[in-house]
Order: sequence, then structure tokens, then C-alpha cells
Amino acid sequence: MNDNGAAVLPSKTEPSRTELDSLVSLEIEQELDSAFSKMEVNNLNLYYGEFHALKDVSLSFPKNEVTALIGPSGCGKSTLLKTLNRMNDLVVGCRVDGKITLDGEDAYRDISVNDLRRRVGMVFQQPNPFPMSVYDNIAFGPRTHGIKKHADLDEIVEQSLRRAAIWDELKDRLKKSALGLSGGQQQRLCIARALAVQPEVLLLDESTSALDPISTAKIEELVSELKNDYTVIMVTHNMMQALRVSDKTAFFLLGDMVEFGNTDELFTNPVDPRTADYVSGRFG
Amino acid sequence: MMGKNDTPLELSAVGATGAAGANAVGNMPPISKYDNVSPRHNMSVRIASLVMRGVVYLGAIVATAVLLLIVGYILINGVPYITPSLFEWEYTSENVSLMPALIDTVLMAACSLIIAVPIGVGSAVYLVEYAPRGSRFVRIVRITTETLQGIPSIIYGLFGMLFFVTALHWGLSLLSGACTLAIMILPTIMRTTEEALLAVPDSYREGGFGLGAGRLRTVMRCVMPSAAPGITSGIILALGRCVGEVAALLFTAGTIAQIPNFVGQGAFAFLDSCRTLAVHMYVLASEGLHMNETYATAVVLLVVVTVLNLAANVAIKKLRKD
Amino acid sequence: MRPASVKEAAAKIMFAAAATISILAVALICVFLFANGVPAIAEIGLPEFLLGTTWKPNSGMYGIFPMIVGSIYVTAGAIIIGVPAGVACAIFLSRFASGKVASVLVPGIELLAGIPSVVYGFFGLMLVVPFIRNTMPSRGLSLLAAAFILGIMILPTIITVSKSALDAVPSKYYEGALALGATHERSVFRVLVPAAVSGIMAAIVLGVGRAIGETMAVVMVAGNQPIIPTSIFEGVRTMTSNIVLEMGYAADLHRGALIATGVVLFVFIMLITALFNAIKKNEVSR
Repeated sequence: MNDNGAAVLPSKTEPSRTELDSLVSLEIEQELDSAFSKMEVNNLNLYYGEFHALKDVSLSFPKNEVTALIGPSGCGKSTLLKTLNRMNDLVVGCRVDGKITLDGEDAYRDISVNDLRRRVGMVFQQPNPFPMSVYDNIAFGPRTHGIKKHADLDEIVEQSLRRAAIWDELKDRLKKSALGLSGGQQQRLCIARALAVQPEVLLLDESTSALDPISTAKIEELVSELKNDYTVIMVTHNMMQALRVSDKTAFFLLGDMVEFGNTDELFTNPVDPRTADYVSGRFG
Repeated sequence: MMGKNDTPLELSAVGATGAAGANAVGNMPPISKYDNVSPRHNMSVRIASLVMRGVVYLGAIVATAVLLLIVGYILINGVPYITPSLFEWEYTSENVSLMPALIDTVLMAACSLIIAVPIGVGSAVYLVEYAPRGSRFVRIVRITTETLQGIPSIIYGLFGMLFFVTALHWGLSLLSGACTLAIMILPTIMRTTEEALLAVPDSYREGGFGLGAGRLRTVMRCVMPSAAPGITSGIILALGRCVGEVAALLFTAGTIAQIPNFVGQGAFAFLDSCRTLAVHMYVLASEGLHMNETYATAVVLLVVVTVLNLAANVAIKKLRKD
Repeated sequence: MRPASVKEAAAKIMFAAAATISILAVALICVFLFANGVPAIAEIGLPEFLLGTTWKPNSGMYGIFPMIVGSIYVTAGAIIIGVPAGVACAIFLSRFASGKVASVLVPGIELLAGIPSVVYGFFGLMLVVPFIRNTMPSRGLSLLAAAFILGIMILPTIITVSKSALDAVPSKYYEGALALGATHERSVFRVLVPAAVSGIMAAIVLGVGRAIGETMAVVMVAGNQPIIPTSIFEGVRTMTSNIVLEMGYAADLHRGALIATGVVLFVFIMLITALFNAIKKNEVSR
């Protein structure tokens, strides 16, 4: 017993100078890390009834960067995305285990679901503008969150549309129905609508898969610009798109996160053979 | 492929600043109007949600309460007065038996269905299976069906009185009443049959034609069987309307509480006046002499209607299962 | 021709003949109604008939203005009572009710739709009319009683048609609103309901058609005085009641005037049907 006690003691004594240095630098590193990490997922397990859709996933989404989630259909990447703003709550029989944080706050406990969804905006696969005017589409979110003055709303609408790079196209038809727009315009309108509630994170759920190549290019360009102000997390089927747009990529397979790293490294020099197979198979 | 020139490696190597730096968007001020939002906003959101939910639940409660109130009130007041004398074969002003009315109801409903079902189903078959889709004839038939559907029963009653009773000299009779009801329920049968036929996948028809069957055989053997539950539910709905109808029958079938004498008169019994259960109940209620028996009659009417409703639901369930 | 093709051709002709019957029926209804009603209107004089405020067949006065106003009042009352509850209930069934609750309530609403109008009328006569007589300054048989009973009667129409309009709104609108941080209630009321508004309008128009055409339930509770009511507690006579009350003993011009009342009612219904179709068309084109 005494031996054991003696063995423990030294670690509790003052660390040596070099040890201290390394501890400090570790702390700084962690601080830096958390400063750059906007959202974190820790040991996330998700079940749809009996089905285990996400298995012990942990990763952190760096601030002001674009993170792409890739993998074959049904691998859990969209599920993960919908967990980040709790849209999975709508799915009957969906159970979430683990911890998701937004700026260190527990997204499922510390933040109300409506607040979370305001701070973590989402753009869907199919453009889904509401069947009302362009203006009312953008103003819906701000009105929801308590902005009532016309001048304020006008300003938000214009700013949001400008940020989504669609102001020039739509400024003369703000009062027209949003359903009359082209698919690409509708999707950019939806991005503007998401930006209008001043989100911190933007989730894109295969948001270009329903669009033509030109509209896709416009949205990719937009995403590259938006990351200056927002943290972007996107699900994509299109590996070229992940390469073009994202800084970090996570590869999912059957509910496992196989690999997560810098996009260029993951594509050119994957660690896991499964990633290599998937990436090269798609390119081959 | 997407029309961008950057190679992937370059783009991600340049990272956060490169691609966006060229564009002005990065310099935009943040949307800051949210600073002005009243701190009590969360409270008002919660109250608004509660109010909206309250309104919606209230609507559901009102509908439920109304249903329970009507059914409960009729049952409580009527069930104790369901006595054997109410079901005696002969109607007298003492026993106010509903037996003749019950039998008349069955006769009336059967006659109108015998007239309306072949016509309704036949025209739906023509519209769906034969006529070129969107042709002028189809459009006109659609418009007339919609028109018929909207006409109130009192207008059918007026028409039946002018046409069947007076112009055709059928008098106040089972036949006049049944013909009037047949026109009234025709759109219901046509519509439900059409919907049922349209729901049958085209592959069934192709299967029939592929085997060399003609159109008639294909429709009868391949399409009709899977449309049958839908058609049945439509017929049951129509039956329900026949059972509950009063306004269309007052001036076409009359109000005499007797069973048409088919034994004595043969086919001429169709020209006898008769009263259905609903008409019987109306007459009792307006005479105001036998309120307890009126409640009891209402109970019988409710039971008949409920049974028909259940039957229609069973048919629809069967359709869904297929 | 081979027997099979004869059979085919005969079948086709039979089906086509069946399809023409509905056209024939509408034509006959129009011809007989107008042929018997229009001469009476001509004899009375159109302005005197439509705008005359005195209905005294014994004195040869046939003004149906009180009945037209009565029909409109009663229908408006039914809408005021039935529409809010009906639309709220439809929203409940479409977006709030659990599967279990809906599976009980929906058949209940269908039963409500199946209850014959004479039962509604009797219920009104025995429960609603005495209640009004005992608690309000009224003899009971009144505009209020008629509007109340009609409001209940149009509930199932409003609920089922509104519910199917709400069910038809794509869920992507709902999800889009939620993703912006809106509550379930706000998403439903501010996005789904506006998206379904033309379907809900169609439901209301159908309800109007049903209310204005309803006869037996109104006759039993409305009091039926052929005068324009000055308050909801007074009796009222609708066009439908006018016909059903007097047709049994009317003759000559009196009979013609009643049929002409039917013609006016018919025209009202045609206008409502046209309005309904316009709304439907608008919905499809959107």
C-alpha cells in the first residue's frame, strides 16, 4: 500500500520546468483549438428505432471553414447534419446519445431548440421557398425572432439577399411570389432566408444536387465567400464539390466516421484503405 | 465540370482567405438588428404558441363535444322507448310503428340504387376507360356532375314533383321518389367510381390488353376487381344519403305510412305512396304528439347510418390494403 | 363483324349512353324548373318578386325578399359559427393530433357528416330551441337556433375539405420554417395555413352551398315567419323553408311562386358552384 502511495505522490508534486512548458503549450494549443472549433460532436450515437445509424462519432467543426461530409448513400452523413440543428427531432423513433456543443454549450440541453435552429441555419436538398413573396420569405425568420419594424426588416432583406449574391436579380421583384423563380434562384433565396436570422453555422444538405451545373457553380462560389462570416458544414454526394469548396472533409461509411482531416490530405493521401477505395473509386 | 478553374488542391491550400478575398461580400457588416429585439420576445413567443395551440385544441374539443352531445342526447332519450310496439307490422296512430317506414326505406334505397348504380358506374367507366382524356364530352359531363353535386335536395324534390309526379303522371309514389333519389345520388357514385378506376395502375390494363383481351374484358376482369372496394364505399355513401333524405321525398314519394302492396297489385305497387324512416321521423316530429317515439325513431336512424358508415370504412380499408 | 367486336361496340355505346344521363338530368332539371317558375315570375313581376317584402299568398302578394335575406342571414350565421371551429379542428387533425387521436376523431367527423338533417333538426328543436327560450329574450325558434344547427351541420364539410388541403401542403415548407427557428405552432399558422388558404376557401364555399340549400333542419328550428328579422332572436324563413312549408297545399300562381323561389335558390347555388370552381382552378394553376 505504501508503495502505491509513494508512486502516486511524485506526479502531484510541482512539475519540472520543462514539464511546465509543455503543459502550458498544450493548454494554449487547446485554447486555440476551441477558439477555432465552432461545433463539436462527442461520442454521438444515433438510433432510428433498432437501426444504429451513427456509431460513436466524434469530430469538431472549425470556425470559419467549410467542412464537407461525404460517403455513400445511407452512411449517416445527412443524419449527422440533421442532428446538428435537431431536425432529427421530427423523425419518430429517433434517439440521440452523446454530446453536441455549439461554442461549448450543449446543443440539446443548454440551448432551446428554436434558438439552436436560429443559430445553426439549414439549407435543404430541394429548394423550399415558402409559397409567398420573396420579401416575406426572407422576413419570415426575422419576424419569428421578434423584429417588427419595417425599416429593420427592409434592411435585413436587402443585406441577406446581397450576401446570397442574388440582390441584383431579385430587387425588382421582392413582392412577387418566390415560386416563380428558377431552381437556382430559389436555392440562393433559401440561403438568403437562412442568413437573415443571423446564424453562426450554416448547414447545407446536398443543396446543389437538384440544380443545374451553372447554378451549382454559383452556389459553390457563394459558399466559399460565406465562410468568412459563417461556419459551413455541407453534405455532398459530389466529391469534386467537396474538393473544390471544403477545407476539412469527413468520410462516413455505414454509420462510422472512417476518416476526418484536411480535404487535400484526405483526398490525396488517405490513411484508411476504405477512404482510399471510396475516393479513388469515385475518381477512377 | 462545374466551370471553375481552381484545381482542388490550390483551393483548399489557399484556405480561408484566398477564394473569398477577391470578393466584396466578406467586408459586409453583420446583420445587427437583432440587438434591438425586446428581451421579452421569448415570453411572447411562448404565449403566442400557447394561444395558437389553445385555439386548435378548442376546435377539436368543440367538434368532439358536438358529436357526443347529439349522439348522446338522442340515445339517452330514445333507447328507453324502443319497444316491440314500435316494430309492429301495421302502422296506427297509436303505436306509430316504424316498421312500414323501415321496409319502405329498404325498398326506396334499393330501387334508387338499382337505377343509379348501373348509370353511375357505367358513365364513370366511359369517362375513365373509353373517352379520350380531356375531350369536350368528358368536360361537359364533369361540369354537369359537379352541378348535380351542388344542387340542394329541395330542388331535386321540386324537379321530381314537376317531372315524375306531374309530367309522367306517376303520382306520389315509390317510383317517383326512387327516380328522384337516383338522380340525386348519381354524382356521388360517378365520382367515387371514377376515383377508384383512376387509382388502378395502368399496368393492370396493359396486362389485359397484352393477353389479347378486348377493352370490355380488360375493364371487367382486370380493372374492376381492384376498383371494387372504392366503388362499394361510394355506393354505401349514396345509400346513406337515401336513408337520411327528407326534402327530396316529401313531394315525390309522399308521407303515407304503408308498405306498397306488391302481392295484391304486382308491379303497380311501385306507384303506391310510401314514407321512409327519415320522412316518418319528420312527420312524427312535426305532429309533436309522440316525442318519445320520435326519439326512438331517431335512434334507429342513427344506428342505420352508423352501420353504413362503418361498412364504407371497411370497404375503403380493403381498397388501401390492395 | 365477329360477335366479340359486336359485344365491344355495344358495351361502348351503353357506357356512353350512361354518361349522357347526367347531362340529360341537368338539362331536364333546368327546363322543368325554369318552365314552371319563370311564368310565375313574369306574372308577379321580377322586381316585385325579388324585392317585395310581403309574402301573403292569400292576398296575392308574392315578395320573397324576406326569404332571400333570411337565407343569407342563416348562412352567414352558420359560417360564423362553423368555420372557426371547423378550420381549427382541421388544423388539429392535420398537424397536432397523434395518430391514435386522429383515428378516433376522423370516423367521428364522418359520422357527424352522415347524421340525417332531420335528426339535426329534431336535436335543435328539443335541446337548442328550449335552451334559447329559457336563457335569452327569444321564443327559441329563431335565426340563432337555425344558424347554430347549420353551423354544426357544415362542420364535417369544412373539416374534411380543409384537412385535405392542409395535408396536401408539402412538408418541406414546414421543415423550412422549423429550420429557421420557428415554433411548431408558428410554422403551422404562418406557413402551412397560408399555403392551404385556397383549399380552405373552397371548404368554406362548399359549406355555404350546403347551408343555403339545407331545408329540413332549418324548417324545424327557424320559426319560419316570412318577415325580415331585426335580431338573431327572432324567427326567420329561408327560401328552402318557404318551398317545403307551402308546397303541400299550394296551387296555381302560389305554386308557381314557390317553384320560382326554387329557381332563385338554384341560381344562388350555380353562382356558389362557379365560385368554388374558380377557387379550385386558381389552386391548380398555382
